[in-house]
Formats: sequence, structure tokens, C-alpha cells
Amino acid sequence: MFTNRYIFLYSSAMVIVVAAILSSAAQFLKPFQERNVRTEKIMEILKSVKVEVEKSEAEKTYDQFITAEYTINREGDVVSLYKNGNFEKGDIRAFDIDLKTEQKKLADLKAGKSDVEPVFPMFECVKDDQHYYIIPLLGKGLWGPVWGNMALKDDFRTVYGVTFGHKGETPGLGAEIAYAPFQQQFIDKTIFDKDYNFTSIEVVKGGVSALPENKQIHGVDAISGGTITSNGVSEMLHDCLINYVPFMKSKVEESGSPEPEV
Amino acid sequence: MSTESKQKEPLFSAKNKKLIFNPLSKDNPITVQVLGICSALAVTAKLEPAVVMSISVLAVLSIANVVISLLRNTIPPRIRIIVQLVVIAALVILVDQVLKAFAYDVSKQLSVFVGLIITNCIIMGRLEAFAMGNKPWPSFLDGLGNSFGYAWILIVVAFFRELFGSGSIYGYPVMEWLGIYGVGYKNNGMMILPPMALITVGIIIWVQRSRNSDLIEEN
Repeated sequence: MFTNRYIFLYSSAMVIVVAAILSSAAQFLKPFQERNVRTEKIMEILKSVKVEVEKSEAEKTYDQFITAEYTINREGDVVSLYKNGNFEKGDIRAFDIDLKTEQKKLADLKAGKSDVEPVFPMFECVKDDQHYYIIPLLGKGLWGPVWGNMALKDDFRTVYGVTFGHKGETPGLGAEIAYAPFQQQFIDKTIFDKDYNFTSIEVVKGGVSALPENKQIHGVDAISGGTITSNGVSEMLHDCLINYVPFMKSKVEESGSPEPEV
Repeated sequence: MSTESKQKEPLFSAKNKKLIFNPLSKDNPITVQVLGICSALAVTAKLEPAVVMSISVLAVLSIANVVISLLRNTIPPRIRIIVQLVVIAALVILVDQVLKAFAYDVSKQLSVFVGLIITNCIIMGRLEAFAMGNKPWPSFLDGLGNSFGYAWILIVVAFFRELFGSGSIYGYPVMEWLGIYGVGYKNNGMMILPPMALITVGIIIWVQRSRNSDLIEEN
């Protein structure tokens, strides 16, 4: 009843029709999706400094709070500085930097495959006359990428706030990194010890209370059932923050080394 | 031609009603046919993803059923499974894209599981067993019925898992409002792990079978 010719024609026609439908849908929905992604990036940056905004207000609030965008290289020099809507130095807006590309550059550079220097974005926020520095993060979870933003106080050591997001972690397990109970643990933890040696913040399986007392300030509790995601967050924090260490140290020295807190 | 099909069949005839209501209990895709268990385990740790997943499956299944039913006489039997898969896959991609554009937050939560609707056995099962041999309207009803049958199980499982696992309902911390943490109550972390979904589904099957003697196999 159905000849081979018919079957071939039928499947070709079907594939072409489906391809046409899907590509036009993708074209049509793309602007909406891109706006979502951009708005989300802004909201996450703001959320890390505890500024909660509605989607519609995101762009305006961003301009109000984020006063400067730094682009930093591995030596800790400011390559580019975008302040109050103008470039004061260089021509890279930190907001437009794709972390994934920069991390690949870094990996290639370390493997000796290329000699392109990566750059890293950092945002300065002024809120209630206090300066905060926001560092975007990107790493690997269990099923896909995890990312986030960490806001540091102006001693570049104490965490003011943090946000995490993920592409495909398991709801109820790894996906819990995106919620407040996990993120609030980071507040007031420190990424340097009191002599300004970089320690990062570790997500500890079994809980921080298992750590020796002087290390507890550099650790948070992991998520039960989400071990691989938790480890991914630990690695992400370490691998991203370490790129900023030279810059942070130079900034701290500039402002006179602050008294170590007791 | 029978007399029945000559005079126009009412839209909601007894036969058509059965198509909607049977899958809710006697012919439930999850508890009786034991299909679609994978996603029932994966997205039921919280209510919200379970609801969105149900709506997505509803959209995909009813549209796919209608499309396949419309095409049923043109589909060469030798490639029918491929045709069904292409239709499902196209619809799932559409659902995923629409969610990303208009329900971004939830689409992030559901992530890979929306894509996995493609592999949901309920959908392939209904296309193959029903839509290939029936007219569009009954196929649409069959799609609705089966997705509701799938949906209510998902939502019940998610309700209990979220309530006992995270102490909340649809994100609202009810257990905290009740103040029972003060008297030593703790969330059961087991509930958010996949095995408890299986056990919850098992309990639903048990309750259902003890109430409905038709479902018990004779040995």
C-alpha cells in the first residue's frame, strides 16, 4: 500500500515541515528569551548585594546601584573601567564578558595551548554609602553548569551576600543551592584568613561543625543528597575567586592593611 | 456504516466521557499501566515543578494525539514510530522554548525534565494505542484524560513529598506557620530522595487497589 518512494517523500516532507516550524518558533521567541537572560543576570547581581527588584525595574535599579564595572587581568591590573555609563579606561564592559569564554582562555593558557590572556569581570556597588564588590562565578554541577555572584565587603575578605543558579540540578537536592537557606550560610564567612592568605569557602559534606574551629569561618554545610553539586560549588568558588586574589591584595595594601579582626 | 456513526455522535457521549474519566482511576497511566514512572520520581520533590510538568505533558500529549490522529491514514506503518517521535520531539522543543520565553523561572527548575517528556512512555503509548486508530476528537479527549491521570498522581506525590520533606506546600512554609518545629518535629530528608517517590506511588496504588476490586488480578 505504501511504496518506498512514498515513505521517502513522506519522511522528507515531515522533517522539512518540522524544521520550519521549530526554527520560526525559535526566531520568534529568541528576543523574549534573551531579555529574560539579561534581566536575570542583572537581578542576580543585585540580589547578591541584597537588593530585590521586580523584573520591570531591573535595568533602572542596576544603573542606580552598580556604579562601576571593572575588567581585571590575572596580574590584578584593571584593564578596563566602566563608570557611570562611560569608559574611564579600556573598552570592555564587565557586564558583557562571557565567563565561559574567559575560563576556556584560562584553561588553554595553563595547558600551553594558546597565549591569550583571560580577563575577569567585577562589579562595584554602592549601597547606603558602603562599597561592595561583586564577583560573578561559573562552575560545574552534577548535570550541567552552576553559576552565581558573590558580594564582598570593602575589606575584600568578608562575604556580604551570595547567589547561586544552575541549569539542571535535581529539584529538591542539588537545586537547593539556588535557595536562601543554603545561600545565607555564606554571609559573614571569609575568603581570606587573617593574614590575607586565600582560603576560599568550602562546602563541607557532613557539616562545618566537623571542621577544626579556626577553619569554620571558611566553610558552609553541604546539601544532603546533593554531594556532587556541593563539591561543584566549592570548586567554582575556589577557581573563580583565586583569579581576583592579586587585585584584591593590591587593593587592600592600597587602603592600608586593615586590623585583623579578632 | 453503523447507524451510530451516521447520526452525529454527541461531543460528550458516554463513550467519550469514559475516555476522560477512565484514565483517572481504573486505567491510570501511572498506577495501573505503570508508565511514566521516571518523571514521576524526578520532578515530584516540590509541587511547583510537578504542576508545570503536568501542564507540559498535558499540552504535548493532547496536541500530539490530535496531530497523529489527523495524519493516521497517511502514516506508513513501517515508519509510524519515527513519525510519532518526530511529532512528540517537535512539540516538546516548542514547550521548552515557550517556557524559556514566558515562564523562565520554572523552566530553569524543570530543566532537563522537560526534554525528557520525549521519552515519557505515556505519550508514545497513547499515540500508538489510541491516536493511530481513532478520530481527532476522541484522541484529544484521550490525551486530556491520560494527562490528567498522570497529573493528579504527580501532584499528590509532590504534595506529600514537599510537605514532609521540606515542610512547605507550593513553597509556602506551612510547617513553620504551624509552629511544630518548636516541639521537636523535623523535616524528613528521606522524602526528597527519589526512593520515597516510588514508595509514595506504591501507597497510592495500594489504596487504589483496596478500594477498587476490578484492579486485583485473580491468581
